[in-house]
Amino acid sequence: MNPEPEIPVVAGVQNSVRKLSTPSQAEALRTSMVTIGSSLAAVVIALAICAFLLLITGKNPWDAYAKIIETGANGDKLLETLKRATPLIFSATAVAVGFKMNLFNIGVEGQYLFAALMASAIGTKLNLPAPLHVTAILMLAMIAGAAWASITAILKVTRGVNEVISTIMLNFIALSVIQWLFENWFRDNEAEGLNVKTKLLPTSGRMPDIVEGRLGGMFIVALLTVFAYWILVFKSRFGFRLRASGLNQGSATTAGISAKRMIVVALLISGGIAGLVAMQSVVGEIYGYGPNATPTAFGFAGIAVSLLGRHHPLGIVVAAMLFGFLDSTSAELQLAGIPSSIVKVIQAIIVLTVVIVNEATIRWLNRRTAEQTASLVVERVAVVPA
Amino acid sequence: MEPQMKPLTTPVSTSMLGSLMANKRTRLGLYAVALLSLMSITRLWTGQNDLTSAGTIGTALRLMVPILLAGMAGLWAERCGVLNIGIEGMMIFGTWFGGYGAWQFGPWVGLLLGVAGGMLGGLIHAVATVRFNVDQVISGVVMNILGLFGARYMSELVFTGEPGGGISQSPQQKSGIPKFDVPFLSGGDVFGWNSPSILGWLEKRHWFLLGDIGGIGHGLTSNISWANVIGVALVPLSVWVLWRTRFGLRLRSSGEAPTAAETLGVKVLRVRYIGLAVSGGFAGLGGAILAIVASSYYRQGQTAGRGFIGLATTIFGNWRPYGVLGGASVFGYSEGIKLVAGDSITALFLFITFVAGAMLIVALVRKKAITAITAAAAGALFFVAYLTVSSVPESLTQSLPYVITLIVLSTASQRLRPPAQAGVPYQPGESH
Repeated sequence: MNPEPEIPVVAGVQNSVRKLSTPSQAEALRTSMVTIGSSLAAVVIALAICAFLLLITGKNPWDAYAKIIETGANGDKLLETLKRATPLIFSATAVAVGFKMNLFNIGVEGQYLFAALMASAIGTKLNLPAPLHVTAILMLAMIAGAAWASITAILKVTRGVNEVISTIMLNFIALSVIQWLFENWFRDNEAEGLNVKTKLLPTSGRMPDIVEGRLGGMFIVALLTVFAYWILVFKSRFGFRLRASGLNQGSATTAGISAKRMIVVALLISGGIAGLVAMQSVVGEIYGYGPNATPTAFGFAGIAVSLLGRHHPLGIVVAAMLFGFLDSTSAELQLAGIPSSIVKVIQAIIVLTVVIVNEATIRWLNRRTAEQTASLVVERVAVVPA
Repeated sequence: MEPQMKPLTTPVSTSMLGSLMANKRTRLGLYAVALLSLMSITRLWTGQNDLTSAGTIGTALRLMVPILLAGMAGLWAERCGVLNIGIEGMMIFGTWFGGYGAWQFGPWVGLLLGVAGGMLGGLIHAVATVRFNVDQVISGVVMNILGLFGARYMSELVFTGEPGGGISQSPQQKSGIPKFDVPFLSGGDVFGWNSPSILGWLEKRHWFLLGDIGGIGHGLTSNISWANVIGVALVPLSVWVLWRTRFGLRLRSSGEAPTAAETLGVKVLRVRYIGLAVSGGFAGLGGAILAIVASSYYRQGQTAGRGFIGLATTIFGNWRPYGVLGGASVFGYSEGIKLVAGDSITALFLFITFVAGAMLIVALVRKKAITAITAAAAGALFFVAYLTVSSVPESLTQSLPYVITLIVLSTASQRLRPPAQAGVPYQPGESH
């Protein structure tokens, strides 16, 4: 695309090629060691910062961390960890699909809440046998999520509106639209008090739990979604095109990949996956949508999880479980006299340190390569006697 | 004002009006008078005196200032070249520190602590984005999470157990920031003598145009908190700093062309640190005003997305301080009228119809077909809405600022001019 090939452009292309090509086994091992090592270092740094925060606010960090570890060592938090990880996996995967196309989908929050309402509202009206009914509800949620995300896609492709801004605005618009739709059309008027909901789903539209009351069936769907994400984005021809456009849109366009098409498809897939975020609550717990019952704030948590997991399928699952585990310890921390909000603070600081350490590592690697090249050059030139 | 490229040859004016319209300030003044007249006609037609009453305008002003400051926070950050999605988080820091300071040490210290809290947020954002080149959107998102839960954590430590305090709110503050009425215009005291309120008298007459001027003026000059005066005064101050000082030129050039700025000796990173600190400070002040002036205690969720409305205002105002002021006024007014006189919102439909009608006439005179058709369609739509809609659902009007921003972004993007390098990471010495 660039008429004058400049060095940064070439470097960018090389970088893209490096990221897209299948690396040799040794190289792959080294890269993943660096990645995992820097992630672990980031978590340790984050915990150190939080220890400092706890200290200056007059709490003993050892008590807090000992409590977290003690709670984890008990083993009975495993199911709760998986349960809490479920919506995070969906949300993070949705964000990751966008990231792979270099799109920042901040709108998962609005997409999944809109999807939860629409799926519940239409789902109660369907009359289908059990497995089909649940599937139909999940499909509805994906369609609704994708539909809400399509506004962003249309604005970006036809009018060039930055997706970061439009998804932020659409999150708030979604809240209004949901409230309006709920109050005027979908509210179950027989329910009274604060606990208002849509009409509850019939038994055929409910998903059975894996472990009664402790782990819902959507956990399996979450794992399947991550697997599908891995196949679709990392193993398919479409995924190659998607990642190529995300890494270097210019080169990809030259190679005949339509950037606009990729933007639309990536956002629709992202929105579709986002539609499933609150489905555990819809088909497994409260059997409908309720403004005070449907869980919120998973959109932003998903961004954090996706970043922590480096948008990699396995990384997302591990990061979601880490966050789910930290969340599951809040009750114990609170009982031990440590405000449970520290868990969320720790999560936010982990994300920040992860991205900072990541940048620092990349810069360190680049500088090392540059130094090595320079010393090679010096060696070759220095054979001339002084 | 921002410098504007003057055309080399002044167009020959054909009429009195034409020559008047050539001057930018006169033109803006004429537009203002025209809009006010249309508003006045709407008010007289519908009998909704609250459209321009002092109560509405005063409320609008109080609602506008935090949005304005959030918008200025976005402007300062983006002008120096860094996106700030984290304004909301920095505002939350402002509300918490402001609420804490005002409760412990009095309202003025509260304001200062709020600014400091916001600056802290801005500096964390700066360390991540400027020092370590972290993606600016990511850092902003993290700032929002950090603000929300950091404030909650600190509330749990500091406010729980105090009378009236808890996880989600601080105890009541003992004193507030003093308010005043402007003497003669709105009946303020002069050395203990209560002066007459000229604007208040004018407002009560409800005359065409004069009544509206009275109402708006009375609203802007009575029961004014000094904190809001400071908030609004920061707009011309920002214009002066950014467009009239050496530092401002350096800051803007860091946002437009950091590489070029660096070759001229500008320390881009340092400038960006300062820019983000100021940005955070603005957000913090906006938050502190919410906790101290608009309320008398800190409460969780007090910002209610105003940081994001501020971001919208930055865009809506085309990254210019007076534009941000205009955008914040529109959003503040629409919130204010909803609060004071919810049933007069439909009267605004008539007002928009009139504005569309005026635009239609102008477009016809200037022979601009597309503008004319758009104006006619919009006018017809809003007139039908005025005739048929009896009340606008509260839930939908809430999203108005966001819808307007999306419409502006998607229709007027040709006229929007964001700082060229806002959002692009930059490291000195890495551009060859």
